Amino acid sequence: MERDDLIVNDSYAANATHSEEDGVKIRRNIWKVTGILTALTFLEVMMGIYFKRSETFTWEAIKWSFIVLTLVKAGYIVMVFMHLGEERKNLRRIILVPYAIFVLYLIFIALSEGLSHFDLWETWK
Amino acid sequence: MAGEATKSIPKEVLWGGGRSPFSVSYGKMMMWYFLVSDALTFGGLLVAYGFVRHGAEVPWPIGEQVFEALPLLEGHYPLAYVALMTFILIISSVTMVLGVEAGHRNDRKGVTKWLGLTIVGGFFFLGSQAWEWSHFIHGSGGAFQLSESVTVTGTLAGSEETKEFTLTAGDRVYMDHHFGSLMEKYHDGDRMVTMAAGNGVALMEMGEHSHEVQLESLTLNKYIEDRAYVSGDDMMKLWNARSENFIFGANLQHSEYSEHQDYAGFFFFITGFHGFHVFSGVILNIVIFLMVLNGVFERRGHYEMVEKVGLYWHFVDLVWVFVFTFFYLV
Repeated sequence: MERDDLIVNDSYAANATHSEEDGVKIRRNIWKVTGILTALTFLEVMMGIYFKRSETFTWEAIKWSFIVLTLVKAGYIVMVFMHLGEERKNLRRIILVPYAIFVLYLIFIALSEGLSHFDLWETWK
Repeated sequence: MAGEATKSIPKEVLWGGGRSPFSVSYGKMMMWYFLVSDALTFGGLLVAYGFVRHGAEVPWPIGEQVFEALPLLEGHYPLAYVALMTFILIISSVTMVLGVEAGHRNDRKGVTKWLGLTIVGGFFFLGSQAWEWSHFIHGSGGAFQLSESVTVTGTLAGSEETKEFTLTAGDRVYMDHHFGSLMEKYHDGDRMVTMAAGNGVALMEMGEHSHEVQLESLTLNKYIEDRAYVSGDDMMKLWNARSENFIFGANLQHSEYSEHQDYAGFFFFITGFHGFHVFSGVILNIVIFLMVLNGVFERRGHYEMVEKVGLYWHFVDLVWVFVFTFFYLV
């Protein structure tokens, strides 16, 4: 199995440098991601203004699309702006996987508790 | 970053044993660990917000009806200001990543330019948040609670439709901004504001800037579904049924935005905690900026410190993306 902890060819993250030509490519990518993030934010704001909450089904769908769009934005920020996409695979996993496990569990347990509080209130008020 | 390193790594930079787990420096790794723990803190705060909101027995305020003001302008601009704040933060994240990119080319001028712009963006965001807080605390008009049941007809916002509302004691009725801000002083017993004689209800402010404000209409359900405006005789019915309880803006005990006292509490805590992160991020950026100006990183041979502080700065942007969704949109 390939060792992941060795410095190969002096390619050390701290000293990662790139040439002027690579820089042009990297900057073009940065501006592309900027465009995507701005467009998604604009879309979210427009959806927030346009759709009314009284139409229950539509609003439920809108709400989920807000969450999905947010996760897409978060993905771009973490993977491109924070360079996590360019780090080694196991560093990426050691950061994302434990966090995802904790937070998904927290969301599940807290929101179902919240809903059950609401049900108790509805039942016994 | 892809590409060949231009210099070999001195032994003392490597971790003990001459290796670097994951091929990252100790500092960068620890910054990531810190960010994971900080992300858990913010995750916990937002989940707590979700818990309270899912269990709330009163209607939760609608973001685009609470946050619809712009500085110096009259009228409704739902979410415009928050969208602007989000845009400022995204742009300052972009300038930061361009600074990091310049650092990888050992381009001191480029780092100076982009990092400087990032600091400016940070101050713009903090200033916007100060205004947002100020507006949230002062409120937009305030409300009074009814002392008895009243049935009135209101015009639904955004349409010509009318609807009959049966309100009971304790329900809130909202005043417009101009009337409400004078009413607050009047209610506090300020002698400079008096009830004006004549038709309907008007308040008069005396002194240097004396002026009179007429009660034109009252708003029902201002921050929740079925926002409606009531004027004429029905408005007077509501006004005459008012109790002594007035609520202006928001504080830690109660707010005009929601009968749920935790709504304003979460606003203050989550956006405040995030704002504090932005503030410390700006301070870190300034420290690094001064070090760039002094050529510290040029002597060191790499700009990794810019990258590490950049990670923190992007994280602040990342948190805002979630706060924006769960506090303002959903």
